Amino acid sequence: MNSFLDAVTTQTFMQNALWGSVLASIACGIIGPYVVVRKIGYLAGGIAHAVLGGMGAAYFLGRSPIGGALITAIGAALLIGWVSLREHRQEDIMISALWAVGMAAGILFISQTPGYNVDLMSYLFGNILMIPRRELYFIALLDIGIAVTVLLFFKQFLAVSFDQEFARLRGIRVELFSLLLLSLVALTVVILIQVVGLVLVIALLTLPAAIAGHYTSTLAKTMLLAILLGLVFTCSGLALSYQPDLPAGATIVLLAGCGYLFSSLGRKFHRP
Amino acid sequence: MNPVITVDNVSFRYNDVPVLEKVSLAVEQGEFLGIVGPNGGGKSTLLKLILGLLKPLQGAITVLGAPPEQACRQLGYVPQFVYFDRHFPITVRDTVLQGRLGKTRPLLGYSRQDRKRAVAAMGETDILDLAQRPIAALSGGQLQRVLIARALACDPEILLLDEPTANIDPKVEEDVFDLLKRLNEKITIIVVSHDIGFISNYITRVACLNRTLVCHTTSPISGGLLEKLYGSPIRMVHHETRLSARIKENGDDHEQLP
Repeated sequence: MNSFLDAVTTQTFMQNALWGSVLASIACGIIGPYVVVRKIGYLAGGIAHAVLGGMGAAYFLGRSPIGGALITAIGAALLIGWVSLREHRQEDIMISALWAVGMAAGILFISQTPGYNVDLMSYLFGNILMIPRRELYFIALLDIGIAVTVLLFFKQFLAVSFDQEFARLRGIRVELFSLLLLSLVALTVVILIQVVGLVLVIALLTLPAAIAGHYTSTLAKTMLLAILLGLVFTCSGLALSYQPDLPAGATIVLLAGCGYLFSSLGRKFHRP
Repeated sequence: MNPVITVDNVSFRYNDVPVLEKVSLAVEQGEFLGIVGPNGGGKSTLLKLILGLLKPLQGAITVLGAPPEQACRQLGYVPQFVYFDRHFPITVRDTVLQGRLGKTRPLLGYSRQDRKRAVAAMGETDILDLAQRPIAALSGGQLQRVLIARALACDPEILLLDEPTANIDPKVEEDVFDLLKRLNEKITIIVVSHDIGFISNYITRVACLNRTLVCHTTSPISGGLLEKLYGSPIRMVHHETRLSARIKENGDDHEQLP
């Protein structure tokens, strides 16, 4: 633990990792509750995995992988969202297809890229200790974009998540706000990929929000508690993994999983 | 008097299944119209056509002198609550505030005026003491009042309710209809119900729907009409008796044929 605190005070990479954790917790705390109440965890997982296609293509073309991730994530979110609005029965197939096809494309691109082979593991499972400062600025920008959009359209997002038919009758453009919300999910996925990698994104997107939902009765309070829980899991995951040199992303996700398990069991046994 | 809703020769089908055929109906201002009929008879579909959620295949619908999709903001709609997640993290107050959508500012939260209107709607439906409760903690009757309050919060000219008493017990059912009767002093109300007997005490007119509009009358419902509507003889609960009597007689042969 002491060596972790030493690293926090002296090492830039550890400071960056902590900042990355804070920024990721904010995004997943705001968007996670929507994923939980709308029950779109599988959809978010599909976006996350499809993103490998974009990252691989960007890498192959010598561009920044995070840019490729951003474009693919938004594209996948809009495509799934559009299919789900038009042909709801096809949604599940669409997500499964994008999930696998995206990954396959990514692996092909990476295999065909000349020179050193990219560390595929860090795409899949994240490498928060390697996060560079300029990427933190980019993530901070995405965070601000997500927070401002949710603040401006909180009413609409709530109405569309709770009762779409009623929202439509009140003149809310349900399709527009559904797609906008999915785009925010996509941005959050891109942020979380930096921290835990695309395979584990879904854990941070759902578990803190699901635990928070055990103790709160409004979406806004769920968001605040989910941000706090995200901070606890990411920071303590970093601290725990540092000394024995464990993979940070996996440690964070296991902590969140334990938190969810204990919270669920606690609820079960404390209820009359 | 001008009708507030005109349904003119409307037909509708889901894929190949005809649901409504050549239905015509005019609703006058201040009416308390009951739409009754068997399950699958097209009651909810007619409601959704009036709300503009569905488009008629043939025929035309005018609501408050405009096409339904333009008029829908002037309508208060109380859906069957089985269709949304009872465990959604939302309080009664925030649910009622959603009725202000379409009348409130587009950005940021609700205004003070919206909150005032929501409080007034909760007062009208007698749920002010529940304002901070999550909807997951409500009984069926309480949730029904919340949904009515949400519909009232938008200051509707017409209130449309889909099976408002489908999931609540008879005592509460009477409360809900007493509330609607009171609201009817100010606004036009349309109620869809499969429970023919009970609403006949409250409504001013009934429309019986089974694909076609079978009857359309201001006179009391008779057994012969019901037979025509459902296609088989139906035993009819006589509702001259009030609720207390109904409960007392329950278990005995309290049903009587007209």
